[in-house]
Amino acid sequence: MKMPEPDRTVMDRRAAIVAGLSAIVPGEGVVSAPDALRVYESDALTAYRQRPLAVVLPRNTAEVAAVLRFCARYQVKVVPRGSGTSLSGGALPLADSVVVGMGRFNRILDIDYANRCVTAQPGVTNLGLTHAVADAGFYYAPDPSSQIACSIGGNVAENSGGVHCLKYGLTTNNVLGVEMVLMSGEVVRLGGKHLDPEGYDLLGVVIGSEGMLGIVTEVTVRILPKPPGARAALIGFGSDEAAGNCVAAIIAAGIIPAAMEMMDRASIKATEEFVHAGYPLDVEALLIVELDGPHAEIDHLLKLVEPIAATCGAQSIRVSNSEAERLLFWAGRKAAFPATARLAPDYYCMDGTIPRHQLSHVLGEIRRLSGRHGLGVVNVFHAGDGNLHPLILYDANRDGETERAEAFGADILRLCVDVGGVLTGEHGVGVEKRDLMEYQFDEPDLTRQQQLKCAFDPEGLLNPGKVFPKLHRCAEMGRMHVHGGKMAFPELPRF
Amino acid sequence: MKPLPSFQPHDADQIAAFLRDRSLAGAPVYVRGGGSKVAFGRPPREDETALDMAGLSGITLYEPDELVLTARAGTKLSDIAAVVAEHGQCLAFEPPEFGTLFEGGTSTLGGAVASGWSGPRRVKAGAVRDHVLGALAVGGDGQIFKSGGRVVKNVTGFDLPKLLTGSHGTLAVMTDITIKVLPAPEATRTLVVLGLDDGAAIRLLCDLLGNPYEVSGAAHLPRAVAARSAIGVIARSGVSATLIRLEGFGPSVMDRFKGLEAKCGQGAEHLVLDAEECAVLWREVRDVAPLIGPGPIMWRLSLPASDAVGTVNAIVKAIEAEAFYDWGGALVWLTLPQSGSADGHAALIRGLLPSGHATLMRGPTDIRARAAIFQPQAPALAALHQRVKAAFDPHFILGAGRMAVEA
Repeated sequence: MKMPEPDRTVMDRRAAIVAGLSAIVPGEGVVSAPDALRVYESDALTAYRQRPLAVVLPRNTAEVAAVLRFCARYQVKVVPRGSGTSLSGGALPLADSVVVGMGRFNRILDIDYANRCVTAQPGVTNLGLTHAVADAGFYYAPDPSSQIACSIGGNVAENSGGVHCLKYGLTTNNVLGVEMVLMSGEVVRLGGKHLDPEGYDLLGVVIGSEGMLGIVTEVTVRILPKPPGARAALIGFGSDEAAGNCVAAIIAAGIIPAAMEMMDRASIKATEEFVHAGYPLDVEALLIVELDGPHAEIDHLLKLVEPIAATCGAQSIRVSNSEAERLLFWAGRKAAFPATARLAPDYYCMDGTIPRHQLSHVLGEIRRLSGRHGLGVVNVFHAGDGNLHPLILYDANRDGETERAEAFGADILRLCVDVGGVLTGEHGVGVEKRDLMEYQFDEPDLTRQQQLKCAFDPEGLLNPGKVFPKLHRCAEMGRMHVHGGKMAFPELPRF
Repeated sequence: MKPLPSFQPHDADQIAAFLRDRSLAGAPVYVRGGGSKVAFGRPPREDETALDMAGLSGITLYEPDELVLTARAGTKLSDIAAVVAEHGQCLAFEPPEFGTLFEGGTSTLGGAVASGWSGPRRVKAGAVRDHVLGALAVGGDGQIFKSGGRVVKNVTGFDLPKLLTGSHGTLAVMTDITIKVLPAPEATRTLVVLGLDDGAAIRLLCDLLGNPYEVSGAAHLPRAVAARSAIGVIARSGVSATLIRLEGFGPSVMDRFKGLEAKCGQGAEHLVLDAEECAVLWREVRDVAPLIGPGPIMWRLSLPASDAVGTVNAIVKAIEAEAFYDWGGALVWLTLPQSGSADGHAALIRGLLPSGHATLMRGPTDIRARAAIFQPQAPALAALHQRVKAAFDPHFILGAGRMAVEA
């Protein structure tokens, strides 16, 4: 993975930069000791590591603004960081960068039940939001599997999803407003407790912008009343195709389940051995279909789903009869990653999205690729929205296996694009899928996105080296406008 | 006003060539769909060429099992609604038909997305932008670009379709738009609580939206507004009407409705409307025109629901005005019976808003030419808007002066 060349003049000024930042955030505000910096070397994509110049831990918006103004003045790159749970390397530092850690922004500022929203600082965890309003019967809907640890600020940066986004949407559909500091140090508010944007929907592009447009210092989320009930059905099938057809048939019947997950034989076996959720071991594919809402609705929909599943050739159907049983059904699925970790020393989690009807075709192709690359693969899907999580099994200690796993992963993602899907459904591009962006997008598409970045960060100091495979200077793109974008830019640095 | 010169392209390439040419000439362009919102916003100027999207029409992809549809921007909304209805589906964001509100014309998909106005189901199903998955568009500089995709779960690159939604044709010209479609509700019922004052009504709606009734429409029509409804029992009641809609599967709606009626029907005079009456009533709320007073000036306030009644009361105290509430109070439609001020009372209304923003929806040409249609922003945000505009339309030719004002 090639990152932008460190700027020697910035590296050489490290002591002055640390001193400057310490003056802005006094006390324990700056981390600069080499040992202490190791914590920040990587996020949850641990294959890539880089020690930054320093880490700064501001406590309030004014300090964030002062830090960014300082970094802008001295041309220091900035990498924002929430809880460091990104699976795509979104918070991977650069050698000549300052990491801005938002962990101290950990307070809930306002709970407003009348308007059904919560305003929180970005370091509050995803689950912390739900806990704050659970007693009143509310919850925050997006539920990424790292929700115990991941921060709402990080969720905003990555537009995080979760198993329930089929019915309730991703982060972008559940955030009403943010306060954000631009690289210039200017503070802007986008949205708020009202529902429509004032002017352009900048919130819509800030969410999922992977820390490249600004640093969010406050988030207002929409909360929902908790549904009265939820039940899950475990449905086993003799083939991936039958399971895929069942997913399509349920949607075609006008049913949008709260969640619809699919596991292949390998992942069923791995998780069953790990948590004993009672999954059937004699099936090729397993669906978990969760229905929520009033009990009358759940009962009604179960009566519709069961015959649909039978028609699609279901070999077994088990419906949860208690909350404990429902949670047990989920325990297996939620333990898919740690269970997979017992199968091989390392695994590499992919995250493409495909049109649902391509499920069985893509699964077959993934198996074929598995043979070709000589690496095992375990599949769990958010089948309802076509979001795949193939887990590639490998051993990083064996020569060349990491590279083979990456090549296998890239083949899977190209396959997703080929069938009409996208590179990433919820993990983000980061550094991981950066060099595949040109497979999904053409040059003018990426240029337009980078022009938007220039509107927020004209000097390209915020989280550079992520998402875009080529680093354009904003001024060059301005010229491109004038000349009709026909220039080829062969001299541009490529990673 | 004499009609603008216009150009009617048939594909993205023709639009690209046209916009490159206009950019070089620095000549302004105004994007026109079905013309149902021509009377919104800063009036078209004499030096503007209309880019007429009627030549880009038709559904190019519809996969009901995938809940996805792609259509060219000039496709009529009514055509799309008819096609998806055949498969028991709908556009869940309930796009309004504002032809009657303004000066006629028909609504197109491109216009609905570019205006970004969502209907009453906003409180449950989300806004227009939540249903736009992808777009092919041409920047003001004549560069064609695609963004988003055809799948719901997608975080690959910046979410430009959301930015284009609600940008009123001032960033780029969308040529093909991919949207999420959803199953049409199997059953619909509306509870109408009669005779509540505005404060009690909005408190009730907020309470209900905070409970798991899954309310999909929450509006309050004060007495004078209720009297204009085409639903006879409401119009003749002589009192205000607070409307609560439930939708979904039959048994679910029945079950939730029982709870709803038990909660707010006791001691309050109320009506229950069947599906047919619901369709008429919520179309009135969605399209606004049938209900709103006849005044020449109309404002749309987007604000926290809990601020709505206080704000309306303060405005009504200062000037003659009439209002009704949608989105549980988070959307207020306000008409002023007389112009009476050079800016359509923009300063007064915006000055009384504790938060949120006010948009001048309708007004005489001279006022629309003068007043800030969209709420003026703090300097840093306004400057950011200008830079975003420049990133898509560096020569400021698309709907110049309509949203982000030139530097």
